[in-house]
Amino acid sequence: MIQFDAVHKRFPNGTTAVHDLSLEMPEGGVTVLVGSSGCGKTTTLRMINRMVEPTSGTIKVNGRDVTQQDAAELRRSIGYVIQQAGLFPHRTVLDNIATVPLLLGWNRKKARARAAELLETVGLAADAGKRYPHQLSGGQQQRVGVARALAADPPVLLMDEPFGAVDPVVRTQLQDELLRLQKELNKTIVFVTHDVDEAVRLGDRIAIFRTGGHLVQCAPPAELLAGPADDFVADFLGAERGLKLLSLQTLADVPQGPAPQGGTWTLVLDPAGKPLHWASKDAELPVRPLTDGDSLLAALNESIASPTGLVARVDAAGVLTGVSSRDDIHVHAGQAHSAARVVAA
Amino acid sequence: MTIDWSWIGDHTDDLTSLTLSHLQAAMTAVFFGLLISLPLAVVAHRVRPLRGFLLGLSNVLFTIPSIAIFVLLLPVSGLTRTTTVIGLTVYTLVVLLRNTVEGLDSVPAKTKEAAKAMGTRPLRTLLTVELPLALPVIMAGVRIATVMSISLVSVATYIGDGGLGQLFTDGFQRDFPTPVIVGVVLTILLAVVADALLVALQYVLTPWRRRRA
Repeated sequence: MIQFDAVHKRFPNGTTAVHDLSLEMPEGGVTVLVGSSGCGKTTTLRMINRMVEPTSGTIKVNGRDVTQQDAAELRRSIGYVIQQAGLFPHRTVLDNIATVPLLLGWNRKKARARAAELLETVGLAADAGKRYPHQLSGGQQQRVGVARALAADPPVLLMDEPFGAVDPVVRTQLQDELLRLQKELNKTIVFVTHDVDEAVRLGDRIAIFRTGGHLVQCAPPAELLAGPADDFVADFLGAERGLKLLSLQTLADVPQGPAPQGGTWTLVLDPAGKPLHWASKDAELPVRPLTDGDSLLAALNESIASPTGLVARVDAAGVLTGVSSRDDIHVHAGQAHSAARVVAA
Repeated sequence: MTIDWSWIGDHTDDLTSLTLSHLQAAMTAVFFGLLISLPLAVVAHRVRPLRGFLLGLSNVLFTIPSIAIFVLLLPVSGLTRTTTVIGLTVYTLVVLLRNTVEGLDSVPAKTKEAAKAMGTRPLRTLLTVELPLALPVIMAGVRIATVMSISLVSVATYIGDGGLGQLFTDGFQRDFPTPVIVGVVLTILLAVVADALLVALQYVLTPWRRRRA
């Protein structure tokens, strides 16, 4: 757990980067710090590993005041992923990942073996280890950055806009990977971004900062989207925050019924019972079956695209379990929204 | 102007020892130049106010005429190899210091920041991150300093040293061009070979800069 208690940061030029911040970042959870540039989110992150020293107040990591610890040793115990990876251009990928283990005094062989293991963890091919950073794509470099931060298995991971410099497709992949990794590793992660969608996807809790270093609201994403504390938060989350909320809810609780028989459109299945397409007398249209884990937003989208307004639902093996109607999805989406608002209030 | 080839044949031993002595003077100067420049450059790089002063000082030293420097050193170190090396070292400073400072400046802030954030202490960052990344610019300085020193050694003939430069005085005094031509050719050859070796050394030392296999 990371605790900020009445933390202030004033820079020598007189600007206040962080104003009276008290905040708890729970163990094993992802806390996302968001806000426009100059709101103090990066300064807040960097005070945790003493890249920036607070002017007053205390910051504790797992109960220990950071300013009472040797800065270099503290930093080795906290993983750090920087914007555009910040890899060492003169070291191979393997040696980049092995940085902290080597600083901790591991022998080279053990450090490299650990680094090779991490290459696989972050989804890179083993032969990438012998390359130099400039020989990798931006997305691959970012994966190396994550592997380097994880090398000594630190309990806390700080991520400063780590996916800011890659294209949207790669960005989504990296976010998925991070969520997958986090399920296995259960790190206490502090993640800085200015992208609300990224915050909603990744955060267990989202802390919204306003210029001048004021924390405006800190809550789980669904609560935040359903009940923004003030106009600033509402504006920041954007006009589509209702849809963003739906991206957090799953299809699991929406009722389903049997697929229609004998109407204009029939759902054609293969012999195994997997949906193939929608068919009428003279046309065929594609079907995108959804599982219980898919979001209400995806369901709403599919119900609009479907010629019947029905969404085909399948189990993990892809076999049809039933269909849900546009109305059922719509009603459920409305209920999910008001439920979240009640929690927030 | 004709070359007396038999003179060359008769003096191969002398030519070899003069060439080696010439090379040794130049290399020793570059070595000490680096030894002095590295710490000074680190200071100039870290302490901004000292930067202008140190670079300015190395410029001023460079403007002292080479003969004058040897003469000024005579009361200190006499007619010795030491005088030659001190004089040459002073001249190497202007390029070595400037290039080392510029090399350190060229290390991306992001990379230094990453080293710090991983828990690397300043000295280790300097040795394992900053200096290796500054190496290409430092090596460019070493190449210039080496070629410059090789050409300057001859001036030390005035104090009885001077390696291949001794061939020039010999030739002038006897109005005999062969030693002069041989001296010039050997000096150029020495500079070219030394430069090529330094390029090869840099290639070995900076594997990350090689093109993709």
